[in-house]
Amino acid sequence: MTRKSDWLFRLYLLIFLAYLLLPLVVMGGAAFNNSRFPSVFPWAGFTWNWFIELWNDPRLLNSFKNTLLVALAVVALSVPIGAAAAILVNSLGGWVRSTLYSLMVAPILTPGAVIGISTLLFWNRFSVPAGLHLSVLGQVSYIAAFVMLLVLARLQSFDRSLEEAALDLGASHATVLRRILLPHLYPALGAGAAIAFFQSIENFNVTLFTRGPYDTMTVYVFSKVRSGITPTINALAVILIGVTLIGAIAYEISRRRKQAALEALGPPPADDE
Amino acid sequence: MEDLYRRYGKGLTAAFCLLTAFWLLILVILPNLYLFENSFRLYLPISDVGGPKDVYTIRNYLTFLQSPIHVTVFFWTIIYSSIVTFLCFLIAYPLAYYLSKKASPKSLPTIFLLMTVPLWVSEVMRSFAWFIILSLKGPLNIFLIDIGIIEKPIRWMMGFRSVIIGLVYTYVLFMLFPIYNAIQSLDTNQIEAADDLGARWWQIHWRVILPHAKPGIASGSVMVFMLAAGSILVPTLLASTTSRWFTEIIQQWMFESQDWNTGSAYAFLLLILCTVFVTVVMRLFRVKLSDIAK
Repeated sequence: MTRKSDWLFRLYLLIFLAYLLLPLVVMGGAAFNNSRFPSVFPWAGFTWNWFIELWNDPRLLNSFKNTLLVALAVVALSVPIGAAAAILVNSLGGWVRSTLYSLMVAPILTPGAVIGISTLLFWNRFSVPAGLHLSVLGQVSYIAAFVMLLVLARLQSFDRSLEEAALDLGASHATVLRRILLPHLYPALGAGAAIAFFQSIENFNVTLFTRGPYDTMTVYVFSKVRSGITPTINALAVILIGVTLIGAIAYEISRRRKQAALEALGPPPADDE
Repeated sequence: MEDLYRRYGKGLTAAFCLLTAFWLLILVILPNLYLFENSFRLYLPISDVGGPKDVYTIRNYLTFLQSPIHVTVFFWTIIYSSIVTFLCFLIAYPLAYYLSKKASPKSLPTIFLLMTVPLWVSEVMRSFAWFIILSLKGPLNIFLIDIGIIEKPIRWMMGFRSVIIGLVYTYVLFMLFPIYNAIQSLDTNQIEAADDLGARWWQIHWRVILPHAKPGIASGSVMVFMLAAGSILVPTLLASTTSRWFTEIIQQWMFESQDWNTGSAYAFLLLILCTVFVTVVMRLFRVKLSDIAK
């Protein structure tokens, strides 16, 4: 609890950040190295070849399209499901609530391979062949739980008397939902949609077992890595990291601007959530 | 329930219930039950399905028990996943403490942003990065030789060490964030009071901060263990022939042998393993499932 320990902690944080980020730098560097095998040593000269080769790979574009389709379908399904489940669980009490809650959380703690295989087998029984539609269903089964948790947390700060007031004043049930509950839930629904989207893009384990003959980005990269490594994968990684960094920097700048604007306005209002 | 009906009427309440039922029944419960049922049936040619040979049997599980290799791989997976979980805790705890109690709040958003960059890059890419780093003529060996720590390059991808390195790298953040959240809710006055009363730094951690961080530690451990034991990418990319992971055997049954029944028995074993781990952690830390999930 002294200056000295604070200094140590800082050093530790720096090492940790380096540990997280340096591998990405190494991987990025290998994308520009003119060597058949992805590496940064020995440096054989700068090249754009791997990006050009990547661009000429039709499977890549196809898998990219598939990933986006799956991710959008997952968002479209898991957001309403997660929200409905949160509203339902929130209105219950006692053992019913805790049982339902456990059931809803359980998929998060289930290994992706198990979800993938069970989804594949179950639908196979009804002669539904493997394919991206099954990947969507398998992914929704655990991603909906993330949405549910976010919406449930948001519901805790909801003033239920607002709904009663609206009902007393003659609002219809649909209006209550649309004008009172949903606006309160928008931040959670937005965050849920974002998480669902990125979880879906990231997903490998469920997709591997359910995809059938179709490729998604992660599966495509995996098959490339296994079948003969070329630095085109690094080139793809550079593009992904680049997009992420641009997004992150844009977010950071807008956050700093907002903060500066807030500070210029004086202390924030007390009812900040 | 009645409350729900009163607020949103018949149609909307039914819609909520239907959506939830679709999720829990059709996407979660029934597939898992079917997986369970399938694991007790034999892999038969289509003409024999429904015939006299199609009976319930525990033969798929016996296949597992009678294969010393599979049993060994299963136990190594448990042991190494536990080691990974523990290493993640060791790395994450000091950092979570520093970030939640000592770092200046202004720098936090930037730090977290930097930390989440690897999370946005998919797991395949992250394992692949370590594949490059750990290769025999990779940057790590060259660096270590240059600064004179080792003389000959080390074959990193031997045994389980590269898998451990890869898994810790991939999942350490899943340990960091829950512990950070838990410690953040601790009143700093409690730490100061302990300090004023003469507690040593390790006493403060052992008696004040660690007990408070318990739900976070439990949540992080469960996530890391489950992800590590269920990981397919990291072991496939970084393991050698001497280190196999249980998920690789599941894959073999599913894709190479096309024997989905034995595959589902193995998958079910993995599910049981994770369920047991969750239960043990909940008992050990005396927390509820609602504490674990955020």
